[in-house]
Amino acid sequence: MKESDGWDFQPTRRAVLGAGTAAAALLATGLPQGAEAAEPEAPTPVPVTLEVNGVSRSLMLDPRTSLLDTLRDHLALTGTKKGCDHGQCGACTVLLEGRRINACLTLAVMHDGQKLTTIEGLGGPQGLHSMQAAFVEHDGFQCGYCTSGQICSAVGMLAEAEAGMPSYVTANLAEHPPLTEVEIRERMSGNICRCAAYPNIVAAIRQAGGTPA
Amino acid sequence: MIPFTYERATSPAGAAAAAAKPGAKLIAGGTNLLDLMKLQIETPTHLVDISRLPLDQITETAGGGLRIGALVRNSDLAADPRIRSRYAVLSRALLAGASAQLRNKATTGGNLLQRTRCSYFYDTTKPCNKRQPGSGCAALAGLNRNNAVLGGSDHCIATNPSDMAVAMRVLDAEIEVIDGIGRTRRIPVAEFHRLPGWTPEIETSLKRGEMITAVTLPPPPPGVQLYRKVRDRASYAFALVSVAAIVELRDGRIRSARLAFGGLGTRPWRHEAAEARLAGAAPGAASYEAAAGVLLAEARGHGGNDFKIPLARRTLLAVLGQATIA
Repeated sequence: MKESDGWDFQPTRRAVLGAGTAAAALLATGLPQGAEAAEPEAPTPVPVTLEVNGVSRSLMLDPRTSLLDTLRDHLALTGTKKGCDHGQCGACTVLLEGRRINACLTLAVMHDGQKLTTIEGLGGPQGLHSMQAAFVEHDGFQCGYCTSGQICSAVGMLAEAEAGMPSYVTANLAEHPPLTEVEIRERMSGNICRCAAYPNIVAAIRQAGGTPA
Repeated sequence: MIPFTYERATSPAGAAAAAAKPGAKLIAGGTNLLDLMKLQIETPTHLVDISRLPLDQITETAGGGLRIGALVRNSDLAADPRIRSRYAVLSRALLAGASAQLRNKATTGGNLLQRTRCSYFYDTTKPCNKRQPGSGCAALAGLNRNNAVLGGSDHCIATNPSDMAVAMRVLDAEIEVIDGIGRTRRIPVAEFHRLPGWTPEIETSLKRGEMITAVTLPPPPPGVQLYRKVRDRASYAFALVSVAAIVELRDGRIRSARLAFGGLGTRPWRHEAAEARLAGAAPGAASYEAAAGVLLAEARGHGGNDFKIPLARRTLLAVLGQATIA
């Protein structure tokens, strides 16, 4: 897996903003929005090393930094999106040690030494992951904001189904659950699409999962 | 979030000792704690990360039950073949809760310790006795559609949202805890969550400086196990009403029934008198109505949540009907 699409060498407006944010977080007090002046000073940054998309990345982070903010603001991997920032929408879904989680609801410092895969690590313009290609083929998005979370979630979901993990709609807990449309919809309920591209998202996942409608 | 310092625990007793210090809190999956820290509803100044302690195994007990490590993920617990075959109600309840991403992170111990909460607990511009003791309860005369109809007080009517804990109650689970000097004790799940009374900010019988290390399930009781959850959307929503039931039939009659409920009470609800009403009874609407009457005799709506009382009755009737189909 590659690191990212050349961010270190092609400074875009987003990259400059990201770098500025990262520097500010390290150099300034790092107070969150709405924080009050009476609070104690920001704690000392702590060392954190993450293996992101196959590349080891070492950082000094305020312990408060979520995994999501680490990706976006400190590693300039902005493919992972911030939606609700409270685990309700799924836009920030990434694969931690191969399992899908909400990057907004965990701290980077808790994952020191662990492996992370983001949308950038699944594939890029030079070679799409089969799930990315299926989303393109089936038009599994409209505005696209939820899409990286949907795709990472779908990749994690297929692995769970492959491993025989049941879902709420699995009729028989003793069986290896079939990957039906109903199963896909239930298993993907942690990813909200406000454009309601759900029929095409399900079609894309069925194709990538080998059970085309 | 307010600033905090961070340490990674290296032993259960060490974690419990570290968490006993003022301002300290344990973090495992973090899905509830970090959500609340972002809103500055929880404001720890020190986090003790227990997520890498070796408490993630499920093992057989000598008595024929299972011991579930506190750090077993909700998704792994739901998918475990022993849980699926012997404790289906627990698997079903877990799968009914949260989203797949959250279940991949949330732990068994953390699920039990998620806050009992309502929308006013999250709204820092409104009074809430749980968030700010003595400030009042905005839910009593406010938007209380999701609030409790059983076990409330004049100070709090928030529901405990855990599906898992409802199944743990119907299974008579025991919670193992350790303190900072390594002493252990076991708390029956029935005594773990507290009624709000005058102190809704105190939700469990866990003492400061104690940490959950495991949950033990006794051997599965005989009978069919069911979990039925009614909610506003088909997935990823808290229960309006949920019913966990274990019903044993013998010779055409109900030999025993265990019933626990989510969404109705201020804690995971169990009603032994309603169960007793079913023991020995003939299956049928008359018996189920009688049990529902016992369950809901003291139910009290607050306007927006009045509908939960008839909804609970109908859901219980449906579940008992399903459980007693020969």
